Amino acid sequence: MSFVQNFPFFSIIIAMFSGIVSSVLDGKKARNLSLGMIAVTTALSAGTLIFCLGTGESYTFMMGHFPAPWGNEIRAGILEGVTAVFFGVVMFLAVIGGLKHTAEDVEEKKLNLFYIMIDLMLSSLLALVYTNDLFTAYVFVEINTIAGCGLIMIRQKGRSMSAAIRYMIMSQLGSGLFLIGLSLLYDVTGHLLMSPAKESVNMLVAAGSYRIPMLVIMAVIGVGLAIKSGLYPFHYWIPDTYGYATPTASAVLSGLVSKGYIFLLIKIFYRVLGYENLVSSQMANVLYVFGITGMVMGSVHAIYETDTRRMTAYSSVAQIGYIFMGIGLGTSHGMVAAIFHIFTHSATKALLFISAVGLYEVSGDKKDYISLRGAGYRNPLAGIGFTVGSLSMVGFPMLSGFISKLLFATSALESPHKMLPTLIVLAVSTTLNAVYFLRLVITLYSRRRPGDAPVPETAPRGSWQLKLAILCFIGVNLVLGLASQPIVRAITDGLAVFG
Amino acid sequence: MIQHLLLNIEETAAVILFGVGFTILLLHRNLIKKIMGMNIMDTATYLFLASKGYITGRAVPIVVDGVQEVEAYINPVPSGLVLTGIVVSVSTTALMLSLTIRLYERYHSLDLDEILIMAKEEEQT
Amino acid sequence: MSRRKDNYETSRWLKFKRWMDGETDPLSVGMDPIEVIPEEKMRERRKDFARRKAYDEELSRIRVSSAGKTEIMKARGIRYFQKFYKIMSVILCLGIILVLLWTVAALPVTGGAGNPANNEVAARYIEKGLQETGAVNIVTGMILDYRAFDTFGESCVLFIASCCVLVLLRLDADSKNESIRKMIAESDDRHFEPKDDIILQKCACVLVPVIMIFGIYIILNGHLSPGGGFSGGAVLGSGLILYLNAYGYEKMSRLFTEKVYRRTTLCALTFYCLAKSYSFFTGANHLESGIPVGTPGAILSSGLILPLNICVGLVVACTMYVFYTLFRKGGM
Repeated sequence: MSFVQNFPFFSIIIAMFSGIVSSVLDGKKARNLSLGMIAVTTALSAGTLIFCLGTGESYTFMMGHFPAPWGNEIRAGILEGVTAVFFGVVMFLAVIGGLKHTAEDVEEKKLNLFYIMIDLMLSSLLALVYTNDLFTAYVFVEINTIAGCGLIMIRQKGRSMSAAIRYMIMSQLGSGLFLIGLSLLYDVTGHLLMSPAKESVNMLVAAGSYRIPMLVIMAVIGVGLAIKSGLYPFHYWIPDTYGYATPTASAVLSGLVSKGYIFLLIKIFYRVLGYENLVSSQMANVLYVFGITGMVMGSVHAIYETDTRRMTAYSSVAQIGYIFMGIGLGTSHGMVAAIFHIFTHSATKALLFISAVGLYEVSGDKKDYISLRGAGYRNPLAGIGFTVGSLSMVGFPMLSGFISKLLFATSALESPHKMLPTLIVLAVSTTLNAVYFLRLVITLYSRRRPGDAPVPETAPRGSWQLKLAILCFIGVNLVLGLASQPIVRAITDGLAVFG
Repeated sequence: MIQHLLLNIEETAAVILFGVGFTILLLHRNLIKKIMGMNIMDTATYLFLASKGYITGRAVPIVVDGVQEVEAYINPVPSGLVLTGIVVSVSTTALMLSLTIRLYERYHSLDLDEILIMAKEEEQT
Repeated sequence: MSRRKDNYETSRWLKFKRWMDGETDPLSVGMDPIEVIPEEKMRERRKDFARRKAYDEELSRIRVSSAGKTEIMKARGIRYFQKFYKIMSVILCLGIILVLLWTVAALPVTGGAGNPANNEVAARYIEKGLQETGAVNIVTGMILDYRAFDTFGESCVLFIASCCVLVLLRLDADSKNESIRKMIAESDDRHFEPKDDIILQKCACVLVPVIMIFGIYIILNGHLSPGGGFSGGAVLGSGLILYLNAYGYEKMSRLFTEKVYRRTTLCALTFYCLAKSYSFFTGANHLESGIPVGTPGAILSSGLILPLNICVGLVVACTMYVFYTLFRKGGM
């Protein structure tokens, strides 16, 4: 067993350990430790990815002296490597971009607690990506939830705290459903590790026994994780949560937290329940319908919003609808499109939130359309960043959003029943996205009218960290858009050995 | 079917409590009662898990007199899961209670709808 | 002729004699006499009250405007919606219960020996658990050896929850608003809690050592009998809370301050992390870990399980105590 194969385990442990150590450090040291740790874990994940690309298959790592199904284990492959690298990069850029704002928003003595949340959030995301055991997944889902709640409420303003309690209530509903689904699965199969559980599930499905429990298990686990990731009917916590947190927290929450749960859901579908069982039991169709509804309704709500942060949050609801539509299509190409859209959406949404902060700074910290008029001229780099993000969301060629929509459309052509609804809804949703995003972009670049209130002359406060983060995010978006072929191939190869 | 439900009486009770707790958490307006609902829901899940491990006529899984046959003890796995789950439940309860305390200090209300309205008003002024 | 002792006036015998003769009233011992408050103190108190009243008024201003809004909402016939809401919630509850009952009706019977859950996993834990982990209590061996990663995650859940509660409830003496709240919290604490209550103190004098010893016994015996770090830690935490309630914050700060809390949790979690990482690393790379399993049944056996139980117990005790102090007063 080569040393490189230890890297996934090292990355999880280093993230948790730096969180523990930060409890006795002061704010600045905790921040530096956190940034260093994210860089190191991203490098370790890149090493794992290179190793897995070399061998072309995934391997398991025993956590302890006992093999599965008696001991715990984690599993690393191409898809996990790509996802881990991506999450690390987005988190690093998000923390750097919001550095100055975090130091202002959070109290001096509680700054180290903020960085503890960031460290543990990254460790839980990595553990969700690599884990091969259902109960470990549940424990790390709880760590993810509590860290997310901490990130929302760190500002301790009234609106943040009410958003945090709404988030916790919806999250606990999802966790409760997930746990009872897990218990039912243990009752019926007797295994908690994913690979042995899959063998049991295949035997049960072949024998036709416990058909009703299997159906209910799929429904309950699917709905539980869908509530936590913000699928359409369960999305009520999203606008408040994403809109009222500090910039780093908004970028991390919108870009990474929901994606961790969606990745876990995909992993459970492939490695425990079996994707064919899912399709044949119509659960995939249910997710498809919810996804399509979310795509349209999210955009409709976004059009009515006047606060631009809430508008961006509602567009997140629409994009998560895209991902679930891809999962619900029922083909492996649909799944590849969904996973590529996970990456696209993480990078683009984080870019949107970070650039929006730059724009609010030069508009007197106001967030509505009238105050933002002409902000693109006052803070050029943030304006360019926001424009690139919006165009990517709409699906402009050369940017990553175009590749996502192309992948969705081509994968829809494969399933005869779902082809027409998918294409129609894609077209409608793109038009709606264009309505509110391009409206905001045009507002940013129009001159101020005589009737507008004068804007206080404030220089951009986020300074070089914000600019660096915006540039890097634009770079990531362009890479995903222009050089998408190797990434799509990696995802496809990774999915082939994922099950 | 009723016969089978009465045979699995612990699981039936656990599932009924789960439904009750879930509805309270989702639909009640008072924050403290929502937290109680969350606790009922979690405890019901642990009851369900704990009853999974039971096997009639066998003893607690602590090795006594060197007896190590499988037929002598119940299944130890669900007990470990319940231990982990209880700690998670305590942590989330503490977190939600402290959020409730802060919200009450600020808005003097325990009703979630009122708090949301007040927070919105406060932000607009 | 015997000599009188030097401290005869304050000795217990004299006090007892006086009580027998009916000269003193034992219930008046320990109660503060009503003191005359000097003028500067009264001025301070009036200023405190005025500041506090201003804070309360600001809060009630927010409250009043929302009361008006709820009136408007009611006038718009929101009552119909509330009835509909109640009926819908009952239907939703019944729906969830019926779906799950339908599932339970199809599950294997409770207590059956041939259930899918009683498979080779449980068999190996029971048959070989004692030899492989060294723990007589099979469940402890399972959570701290076979499935130790879950327990590590669970300790981190407790740690991060205590961090979040610290963010929300800890009052640092920094910002202006905070200082008002701290002052209010401190004055309320002295008002409503019984300070130097004799009954509580005498009972605590007897009970707290017993509780502590019982907690330590549970922790140390985690691998030999029912017990372990989590339950023992909870008992220790309750002992600390009882001591705090009986004797107050000043006496407690001789034993347990914020510094002690931080260092204890740091050392315990770090030791847990490093020990378990060593175990996972050696296990995954198929190396021999040098930790002996020991003779089953002895206290110093079962490899790493005993030190890990102690770490977990310390973390849980500190966290329970910190939750209590943060909820009560906002700090230590």
